Amino acid sequence: MISRDWLLDTSPTSRLQANAGRAYIAAGQLLRNPLAVIGGIIILLLILTAAFAPWIAPESPVGQNLQNRLLPPSASHWMGTDELGRDIFSRVIYGSRITLMIVALVAVISAPLGLIIGAVSGYFGGWIDRIIMGVTDVFLSMPKLILALAFVAALGPGIENAIIAIAITAWPAYARIARAETMTFCNSEFIAATRLLGASHMRVITRHVLPLCVSSMIVRVTLDMAGIILTAAGLGFLGLGAQPPLPEWGAMISRGRTFILDQWWVATMPGFAIILVSLGFCFLGDGLRDVLDPKQSGKS
Amino acid sequence: MNAISLQDVSISYGSQTVVEGVTFDVSEGGSFALVGESGSGKSTVLKAIAGLAPQWTGKISVLGEPRGHRPDREFARQCQMVFQDPYGSLHPRKTVDSVLTEALTIHRLPDRDRRVTEALSDVGLDPRFRFRFPHQLSGGQRQRVAIARALMLEPRVMLLDEPTSALDVSVQAEILNLLKRLRREHGLTYLMVTHNLPVVSFMCDRMAVMQKGRIVEITDATTLHSGDFADPYSRQLYAASGGA
Repeated sequence: MISRDWLLDTSPTSRLQANAGRAYIAAGQLLRNPLAVIGGIIILLLILTAAFAPWIAPESPVGQNLQNRLLPPSASHWMGTDELGRDIFSRVIYGSRITLMIVALVAVISAPLGLIIGAVSGYFGGWIDRIIMGVTDVFLSMPKLILALAFVAALGPGIENAIIAIAITAWPAYARIARAETMTFCNSEFIAATRLLGASHMRVITRHVLPLCVSSMIVRVTLDMAGIILTAAGLGFLGLGAQPPLPEWGAMISRGRTFILDQWWVATMPGFAIILVSLGFCFLGDGLRDVLDPKQSGKS
Repeated sequence: MNAISLQDVSISYGSQTVVEGVTFDVSEGGSFALVGESGSGKSTVLKAIAGLAPQWTGKISVLGEPRGHRPDREFARQCQMVFQDPYGSLHPRKTVDSVLTEALTIHRLPDRDRRVTEALSDVGLDPRFRFRFPHQLSGGQRQRVAIARALMLEPRVMLLDEPTSALDVSVQAEILNLLKRLRREHGLTYLMVTHNLPVVSFMCDRMAVMQKGRIVEITDATTLHSGDFADPYSRQLYAASGGA
């Protein structure tokens, strides 16, 4: 039943078909964008690596072997070993789980939070807007990493607190975007018409305003993922994120710093992983922007 | 009973008063036109009745019920509005079906499938348009969807804000014929804003001429045949449109 013709039918016979057709066209555009495909493949690899880490990693990420300290990359240890004789390749593989968890949780917490706060602020305007945006500006005016540092210092070091801290620092940017998006169409006639049908403010915001903000939000969150990974790595590097022996990439770089002149691989390998994943999210975000940008999708 | 009654209504946006001391009545089943040049405040009157321009003083009542300053659910069942721009009045990410179903969901009405199909055939849209997005429709088709949305709650009063001015001439005629037929079939009362005098003589039986936020003259639409207006501004407007 699901054929190309069915998806591209200009007169769909059900809601499902109409939405499937739209998704199909968007996916097609995404696949024609080479950078987006590269980004998508990197993210897919990250997810697969995280899911199958125990099968991919040749050794345990925490198993120490002091006889094999600081071995350079070789056939038996592809990325060498660290100062406790742990296989860096295995640690990087397991580290993908932590990175993915941080990114996913931060996105799940801060994107909806920013979206709702921004939409409410933009929709109602007036003093509600002024108060909410005042608070947002206070958060925005502080550098992300410093603010996250302060929160972690207050909450205590650890991966969960790092996630909470990053989420708290990430939402104001999303609130700003959602507010700007909302303001562009909250006076438009389709919102007025829905109000006239008797819809409550709550319903107008959740059913009519939010769906229009979501696409630009997805783009922004994807582009921000790189920043989130770097912040998490930064917290790890400063010893306030994941705690040893967790194989978090930032913390691994931090440990390798001591040996950076003689044993370069200890800090470099997890650094490569961070760069690769950040790049993947950036590429994917750029591609998504081309596909999901409301100003462009209206024409297609 | 009057379907719509305004007494000494003044409307302002912020500190600026755009409509002053407007008084008129629309009888039930009647079709009343507000005409005037752009900026004369005619659309603002509709918005005040609908609750979209909340800053007004005076008395507005619809079907005998005094109006509040905001849209409300009860009022929605009695009175609906069709907007000027069919490109801006439909949600860009919603199919025709979900636009029409929205009203039924809000008011928890049963039989959604049947009602949507009926509304589509009522406004002369083929059922195959039901699951299309607005960008897959022409201007005239979009305006039909907007009219269908207004009809979903079976209102008795319709506010029409220049419903055809954004459309091609040939499509305008179709939409006007549609509106005329719907009024006859559903026994609707129309309050229509337009700057197009031929549309008034085609659609309406009474008219008010507005200038700079005030009504300068209320008369029968038949005056358009003779051009026998009392007010100099109305005569000017009539002459400018080349006689209706």
